[in-house]
Amino acid sequence: MQTTKPTVSPENASAAENEHARITPRTRRKWLLLRQDIPGWLYRSLVTCSFLSLFVIWWWATEHELLNRIFLPTPESMLTAARGVFTEETLWIDVGASFMRVGAGFALSVVIAIPLGILIGSFRVFEALLQPLAEFVRYIPVPALIPILMVLFGIGEFSKIMLIWVGTFFQLLLMVTAEVRRVPQDLLQVSYTLGASRLETMRLVIWRSAMPGIFDALRLAHGWAWTYVVVAELIAANEGLGYRILKFSRFLQTPKIWIYLLVLGLIGLVLDFLFRSLNRRLFHWVDTAKP
Amino acid sequence: MTLKVQQLAKTYHSRTGVTHAVLPTTFEAGSGEFISLLGPSGCGKSTLLQLLAGLDTPTAGSIHLDGAWVNGPSRERGMVFQSYTLFPWLTVLENARFPLDLEIHQDYSRPSSEILTEIGRVHSLLDLVGLDAFKNSYPRELSGGMKQRVAIVRALANQPKLLLMDEPFGALDAQTREEMQELMRLLHAHQKMTVFFVTHDIEEALYLSTRVLVFSARPGTIIEDIAVPFGAIRDPELKFKPEFIRLKRELTALLHPAHEANFDRTGLLRRIISTSS
Ligand SMILES: Nc1ncnc2c1ncn2[C@@H]1O[C@H](COP(=O)(O)OP(=O)(O)OP(=O)(O)O)[C@@H](O)[C@H]1O
Ligand SMILES: [Mg+2]
Repeated sequence: MQTTKPTVSPENASAAENEHARITPRTRRKWLLLRQDIPGWLYRSLVTCSFLSLFVIWWWATEHELLNRIFLPTPESMLTAARGVFTEETLWIDVGASFMRVGAGFALSVVIAIPLGILIGSFRVFEALLQPLAEFVRYIPVPALIPILMVLFGIGEFSKIMLIWVGTFFQLLLMVTAEVRRVPQDLLQVSYTLGASRLETMRLVIWRSAMPGIFDALRLAHGWAWTYVVVAELIAANEGLGYRILKFSRFLQTPKIWIYLLVLGLIGLVLDFLFRSLNRRLFHWVDTAKP
Repeated sequence: MTLKVQQLAKTYHSRTGVTHAVLPTTFEAGSGEFISLLGPSGCGKSTLLQLLAGLDTPTAGSIHLDGAWVNGPSRERGMVFQSYTLFPWLTVLENARFPLDLEIHQDYSRPSSEILTEIGRVHSLLDLVGLDAFKNSYPRELSGGMKQRVAIVRALANQPKLLLMDEPFGALDAQTREEMQELMRLLHAHQKMTVFFVTHDIEEALYLSTRVLVFSARPGTIIEDIAVPFGAIRDPELKFKPEFIRLKRELTALLHPAHEANFDRTGLLRRIISTSS
């Protein structure tokens, strides 16, 4: 048996190459297309890059002492500060205290805002009664309410919880309302023609349909709760992340402030991640192809 | 079943003015009829269907179904919309038996054997429309045609006297549409409910219906009530029969008078081409 050797003449080769080029069009990397996905490796390396460059800029700035070291400590002094903070028990007391306040204030917001939001989004009567009022209160800057809250509720735990409540409730209420209004009218009509009463339609259609959106609203509102807990702890407290930061600043312990800020950021990041993954798991039925 | 519609009219009042969507309209419909509503866009077909469903209240006139005044939605009158209205958080089966599950909670006195047969019926309807393998799928995993099939089965789960369909196949491609037409014929023969079917497709209307109601441009009212002379047994071959084509031409003339008038399309086209070059 004879195998015929493929004869590769120069013209042939270039022809083959041309052919190849024609069949597999040059895959242009289109990373800047609107809303288009990018490869996972690229996404992860860009995230790493952004954190790394922040670190490099910081290191470079402290090395050349662009800023006073008291305000911007060096990586080494931060490391020693971190070692100190993480071994001390106060950090965990502070985290626990802030968590309790956020938990209580936020939970109070959620249990009132969800049913009320569903009422406002479903009935014009409740909309007229409550929505303009909520919009009005929403625009009052929360820190400006501190004196009033102190007069009303004293300087104990309750006034701190109420501050978080005021800061999150009105925003959350309006977000829940908007989600409820986004439930397609067709879904309501079809459920009526299938024999559902108004109450059943609210429970089985409006609530179920709005749930993923409401859950995402919780994720956002939760973030604000952490902002307001720091504000609340500036009033009067004996422990808490915000309180400790204020105390450190009095003694110019900037490295420790930075560590506490880092802890706050990390808590937010972790909780956000938990909310997101829970959302994906609970609401797997959401059609992501449609807005 | 008898449906009596008397002097039914609907007028919308909005900031921009008054819209007469449906002019006083009177007609009757009996058991097992398949009635298509044809008419130009915006003539009030959807409005009429909404009134029949009880989802909207008429400005004047009345609707009676078997002597009972229609003044709100009810499970006697099922509706299928052009948009996909499956509940995305329920599976195909859960969607299809949604009305039955409602009923179980509303009426504890119903014997469970009765409900079991109804649930069995929903299962066989899903098999009939070819969705037996998708009972546990979620709507996001279905094609448009499959979604509409589930929506139809769900509307039929209540065994409604009246099935109202507002351009149910409007969003589907031509081939799926033909499949759905065959399916509608099968279901109508099987369930024997009275159907009101809004469509823009004259061929679809003729092929499916026993009767065609033609609406005038807005404000809409019935200008023609045509009994479709083809029997109960039909197949796609019918669309090529001379009698079918004759009726189709007549209806086209009725709906698009511009085609009939001496409208010089080729001349217009030539002018457009010559000015653009
Ligand atoms: N809620 C409303 N308020 C004011 N006007 C309305 C309302 N609903 C419908 N109309 C008007 O009533 C007229 C009839 O509308 P309808 O939707 O019934 O038409 P249609 O025959 O279904 O049209 P299409 O074939 O395009 O679906 C239209 O002119 C429309 O603008
Ligand atoms: Mg319409």
